[in-house]
Amino acid sequence: MLLIHCPYCNEERPELEFRHAGEAHIARPTNITAISDEEFTQFFFLRDNPKGIAFERWRHMHGCGRFFNAVRDTVTDKFVTTYEAGQPRPDLPAGGENEKGAGK
Amino acid sequence: MSGANRIAGAGRLTPAKKVRFSFDGEIYTALEGDTLASALLANGVHLMGRSFKYHRPRGVLGAGAEEPNALMGIERDASRQQPNVRATVQEVFEGMTAVSQNRWPSLAFDVGSVNNLLSPIFAAGFYYKTFMWPKIAWEKLYEPIIRGAAGLGVAPASADTDHYSSRYLHADVLIVGGGVSGLSAALAAAKTGASVILCDEQAQMGGALSYESGVSVDGVSGFDWASNAAAQLAALDNVRVLTRTTAFGYYAQNFVGLVERVTDHLADPRADMPRERLWQVRARQVILATGSIERHMVFANNDRPGIMLSSAARIYLNQYGVAVGTKVGVYTANDSAYETAFDLKRAGVSVEAIVDCRDNPGEGLLSTAADLGIQVLTGHSVVDTKGARRVSSMIVERNGGGARQTFAVDALIMSAGWTPSVHLYSQSRGKVVWDDGTQRFLPGECPQDCASVGACNGTDALQASIDEAIAAGVQAAVDCGKKPASTVITGEGAGDWTGGMAGSAAGAGADTTVKAFVDFQNDVTAKDIRLAVREGMHSIEHVKRFTTNGMASDQGKTSNIHGLAIAAEALNREIPQVGLTTFRAPYTPVTFGSIVNHGRGGLFDPARKTPFHDWEERHGAVFEDVGQWKRAWYYPRVGEDMHAAVNRECRTVRESAGLFDASTLGKIEVVGPDAAQFLDLMYTNGWSKLKPGRCKYGIMLREDGFIYDDGVVARIAEDRFHVTTTTGGAPRVLHHMEDYLQTEFPHLNVWLTSSSEQWAVIAVQGPKAREIIAPLVEGIDLSSEAMPHMSAREGRICGVPTRLFRVSFTGEAGYEINVPANYGPAVWDAVWAQAEPLGACVYGTETMHVLRAEKGFIIVGQDTDGTVTPHDAGLGWAIAKSKPDYVGIRGLMRPDLMADGRKQLIGLKTKDPNTVLEEGAQIVADPNQPVPMTMLGHVTSSYWSQNCGRSIAMALLVDGRAKMGQTFYVPMPDHTIEVEVSSTVFFDEKGERVNG
Repeated sequence: MLLIHCPYCNEERPELEFRHAGEAHIARPTNITAISDEEFTQFFFLRDNPKGIAFERWRHMHGCGRFFNAVRDTVTDKFVTTYEAGQPRPDLPAGGENEKGAGK
Repeated sequence: MSGANRIAGAGRLTPAKKVRFSFDGEIYTALEGDTLASALLANGVHLMGRSFKYHRPRGVLGAGAEEPNALMGIERDASRQQPNVRATVQEVFEGMTAVSQNRWPSLAFDVGSVNNLLSPIFAAGFYYKTFMWPKIAWEKLYEPIIRGAAGLGVAPASADTDHYSSRYLHADVLIVGGGVSGLSAALAAAKTGASVILCDEQAQMGGALSYESGVSVDGVSGFDWASNAAAQLAALDNVRVLTRTTAFGYYAQNFVGLVERVTDHLADPRADMPRERLWQVRARQVILATGSIERHMVFANNDRPGIMLSSAARIYLNQYGVAVGTKVGVYTANDSAYETAFDLKRAGVSVEAIVDCRDNPGEGLLSTAADLGIQVLTGHSVVDTKGARRVSSMIVERNGGGARQTFAVDALIMSAGWTPSVHLYSQSRGKVVWDDGTQRFLPGECPQDCASVGACNGTDALQASIDEAIAAGVQAAVDCGKKPASTVITGEGAGDWTGGMAGSAAGAGADTTVKAFVDFQNDVTAKDIRLAVREGMHSIEHVKRFTTNGMASDQGKTSNIHGLAIAAEALNREIPQVGLTTFRAPYTPVTFGSIVNHGRGGLFDPARKTPFHDWEERHGAVFEDVGQWKRAWYYPRVGEDMHAAVNRECRTVRESAGLFDASTLGKIEVVGPDAAQFLDLMYTNGWSKLKPGRCKYGIMLREDGFIYDDGVVARIAEDRFHVTTTTGGAPRVLHHMEDYLQTEFPHLNVWLTSSSEQWAVIAVQGPKAREIIAPLVEGIDLSSEAMPHMSAREGRICGVPTRLFRVSFTGEAGYEINVPANYGPAVWDAVWAQAEPLGACVYGTETMHVLRAEKGFIIVGQDTDGTVTPHDAGLGWAIAKSKPDYVGIRGLMRPDLMADGRKQLIGLKTKDPNTVLEEGAQIVADPNQPVPMTMLGHVTSSYWSQNCGRSIAMALLVDGRAKMGQTFYVPMPDHTIEVEVSSTVFFDEKGERVNG
């Protein structure tokens, strides 16, 4: 079971308290009625599925209830960092485990 | 005497402490502390099981967790019967009953052993290739026969009456393995003050010190040192010592699962003791000191009872005082077997010969053998054995050929070398690295906060292991923020366990057809692995699955490296190029009981009960499960079946009134200055103009335009809404709202609070609803003028605060009385006391469903399925036309959602009013069209309506609203039902009754 650091509680808590909530940094267009079908498809239906570093939303469902963002390596499952919703993507050390990975 | 093969003065058991047990009906005597295996060997019983495929007679191979052969059933009573218990692990207790497995009619005479004669047709891949044709025979013939023959042991027929416990544990340092390395690491870490857990699967700490007779540590015998060290550690406040405890799984972030066997060794455990205890440990640092496991030699007929690992024979002698035979042969590729031979000889057992396939054994061994009078044949191999139910002779040949010599033996001990136990390291996602010098896989870099020490790390020398363990113990503590403390331990006198061989030995090579077993439990021979390679399996993962090598309950602890070496040789590649199969949890089999633990029966899944549950139970309700809720389904009176009860309830509600428990409705309190603006974004409807005291039916969409939930929302005040959701939708609707509030519309000043369980809700529906509640209500004018349909008031009922809604899910005039949950039962009693004399009834969810269907009210999730828009459901009126934005507004503009030809919700009337359609049934236009027919839609809701005197149904049908009055067909397996498309409103089409 993973331990996840909630950036609001500022504590590491067991995975069971959290719920995954999809890809991060996809903002709902403020002019949503004006966007084209292609733009809507891109916004609503299409998601990245990276091998390596992924930006995700999580919710501390059975804790403070807040949604936050996380950087996680999909190969190792490890959380690189977590940060509050609305914050920009953090700078990550170059290289790292995201490029290769040995998942089978 | 507790068995003829017990040697006086040998071992550590106390001769006076005898226990009796039975094996296959025979009564035997053992000593306290014996394992089932040592006790049977003491009594001269070597035949302990039959192999899985060929039913070959098998004896015990090992003396520990790695045992593949000696699997037995242990029976305490009818409900406590554990199959596939390793006799080498099970401790004997007074009165224990053990039975052999996989044989019929008896272990000594097993009809299934005919498979051994048929073995040429049972080669690897047999199942994949043989039972292919004809197709029908698989179901009728092959599968039943194979299922009958397959499997080991027999599952108990009744529920497990034992109980199991579960604990969480945090520690600075978890040390797995209580041999010399684990104990050294624990002593070193404990001295720093770190909190330490030390666990070992054996009944006592010591590991190899329990049988390595020449070792002394800090001036005392190795085993005495281990016992003292364990006692010293157990006495410390910062150390927890767990024996009989297996670390079975190593998960992310140093989360390790341990299972402690608490009562399996006790004759008469107290009733309050758990059989096993599951420890879920989170350790800041883990030290693996899991040792190594000896491998057998792979040669022809290496599986007869009496042929075993040399370390096992040494354990049986030095721990249990049992000689595994009277005339013992030794076959080795490694020095450690010599030590066993020497111990046996010194204990008075005749050692017929040491056959060493190497030309040059380790230093000093030959002279010691000569001193003891043991014949050593270097550069020789055992090429065959004889013996029916126990080995009777070994046949020895000089390497490269020559005359064969036969030695009469009644036991043959062997060693091909030692395999480091990297299982847990590998489970921690560590990659093993091939060490060319010693020809073995060793732990590489640790991906977690973990270290491997001693034999499992390839550190063979005793003092080196101790020093490595102490360093790791101190480092782990320092990494937890402790100050280092010095520990010194000195050990000497250990034999050298390095070296050995992997793969098939002489006489079992590529050009032979002998049965040289690699995996005993699954009957995989060296020949099978070569066949797999010939058949094109070039990956070790494929070889494993084709041959089943390493897939038995022992998970290949003795066989994996041999299988890999043989495959590599056949592929003409180096071992590391062929790779190693992945180690997965559990390390050894774990009972379902310990994993399921308390989560059985009523604790399997929590049942949610409303405040009225007890009343409903007392009044004869039949309950249905709705998610985790127990909901009253219907209330049968004496002599009534469900149909009769529901008909009566339906009629009574419309004729007088009914009470219904609506407490399970999801409820969310939406509060704040921007509450109306927020609801405008979350629902299709407009909320800003809704006046306090009024209610509105709301539809919630997902961003793609499909219906997500619905419910009535009451505006309690300018800045306060009481939102209701579907019973099942409450958590996800709140999650959905929170998501938008926190991440998309964080500028809105709104608070969301789940209040589902704070309110008990009594629906009072029917023409007499007002008459029923009026005497109980204070401060609210109930007249239709003052409180019309779809209004909400705050006041008091029976003296307690209420939010009283005038709403209807039945089409009747009615109220939903919300009161704080704790007052619920008292208010219900008072309302019922008013209602009953007026001829009202209490009704359940089935009647609720029928009444709402009579009015065409949808249930989200029944009449919609996640692909239905408000327009499809006939609810286009609920979409505000002038709002600039709401969740789903753009989705609804998608071309596919606006096109013709979508399925629309309509009513269906069967031509025969007495026929009730099946929900889910398909609708077609032409009943005579050949299959596959063109399906135009399906039935979503269907009931008998007593009030309409006919069946009613709702359905989703392509362009349904344009097809009113048209005839369609519902094909069933044996007949076709004719239906007519109608409005979804079947009763009170003008909707006047709600205003009554």
